[in-house]
Amino acid sequence: MLDYDFMRHAFAAAGIVAILSGLVGYFLVLRGQAFAGHALSHVGFAGATGAVLIGASPLAGMLAVTTLGGIAMGILGEKLIQRDIAIGVILTLSLGLGLLFLHFFTAYATQATALLFGDVLGVSQATLYQLLALAIVSLACLAVISRPLLFASINPELAEAKGVSLRTQSLIFLGLVGLTTAACAQIVGVLLVFALMVGPAAAAQRLTRRILLGLLLAAVLALLEAWAGIALSFYTDWPASFWIATLSGGIYLLSLFVEG
Amino acid sequence: MLGPNGAGKTTLFRTILGLQPISAGSIDVFGAPPRRGNPAIGYMPQTRIGQSGQNLSGFDILANAANGHRFGLPFTAKPVRDDVNAALAAVDAEALAARPISALSGGQRQRLLLAAALLGGPKLLLLDEPLISLDPAAQAGIIALIRRLQETLGLTVLFAAHDINPLLSTMDRVLYLGGGKAAIGTVDEVITSATLSTLYGAPIEVIRAGGRIFVVSDQSDHHHACEHV
Repeated sequence: MLDYDFMRHAFAAAGIVAILSGLVGYFLVLRGQAFAGHALSHVGFAGATGAVLIGASPLAGMLAVTTLGGIAMGILGEKLIQRDIAIGVILTLSLGLGLLFLHFFTAYATQATALLFGDVLGVSQATLYQLLALAIVSLACLAVISRPLLFASINPELAEAKGVSLRTQSLIFLGLVGLTTAACAQIVGVLLVFALMVGPAAAAQRLTRRILLGLLLAAVLALLEAWAGIALSFYTDWPASFWIATLSGGIYLLSLFVEG
Repeated sequence: MLGPNGAGKTTLFRTILGLQPISAGSIDVFGAPPRRGNPAIGYMPQTRIGQSGQNLSGFDILANAANGHRFGLPFTAKPVRDDVNAALAAVDAEALAARPISALSGGQRQRLLLAAALLGGPKLLLLDEPLISLDPAAQAGIIALIRRLQETLGLTVLFAAHDINPLLSTMDRVLYLGGGKAAIGTVDEVITSATLSTLYGAPIEVIRAGGRIFVVSDQSDHHHACEHV
């Protein structure tokens, strides 16, 4: 299976993205902002298709739009982020806009499928390096803010009193979520970012009370689900995204039964 | 600190913590103006740990609260663990620390949050309605614990409450906020028909019966004061 270049790229890219998604996802789930993350990926769809329309790279378009979108959400404040309706409207508008951009480029039907459902077997060497750079920058940033971010997420009022700026934490974090969703969409697609960003983290938070262990578990679960998904896809010839989504959902469901 | 909802109890706390600007007058916190992150103040906010943190262990939540204002990875160094263990011991909550918040009773949860307020060895405790949604037995337990901490650690405690009665035998002084004004003194000085009527600018009657105090207002727009304060 690893004799093929595209398979090695797929495993490497999925590995990088899974670890990033699992770790960022842990905070996303802890903060109750999973839906905001989902919406960002849809905003990214409009960004990617818009980029294609003007002749730019879809990854660059998606990155720019999701990161700016995340920061904008941070500026608009916590209250908007938890408003399901507002987020749902942004999500729908973005998907509609993305569809319009695609309409002008009818030749890009396969590209649309790749954007929506991912194309892990089509990751080029260049994309792989871009994802690696993205992951290193994001994880370094997350490492620096992780302690105050946890404080602001778990006990915001006390954190504020101790001098943590909730607004700054939210802003930086949502920017990181933007970067991560763009990276994640390269593997499982815009519609399935939940599979790597929310599923493993949610299962990890059910399985352990400890913060560090939970972070580690979220990254490991995401990695295993992504790699197992690609391997299963290789042997069954079914889409990798299907397998990753199924493993993610299945493991989360199992985690519900593990303890009360 | 007593007063109806919206009287400004939480606002006063936030001002002392340096989170809200002072519109008039001045506040001295240990001889200096209020500033954010003052380690001399321990704070127990009214909004408790959110849904998200419910699955985490009490120890991890406290450890994070102890050093969460510093950048970096969420590792806990020995001094932080010692600080957390000392705070847990002070509120008799060592046995609760491994459990998730969601598995604790209301009183146990308040003890953990009280431990969080004790981290870093503060000299002043600001407790925002620690008795809310506790049954009378749990209320009495929390009050006795806070009194003990106040005496053994030599703390100043500002305790916001809705009902004066559970605190009658414990508190040294009462600060009553209402109608945009405040009155401070002993219970007998402040919780009187005369003082409260002046505060609200409306007739208010204080009734003492069976060792309890009830504040009654006959004006419908002051119905919030009808609760037994």
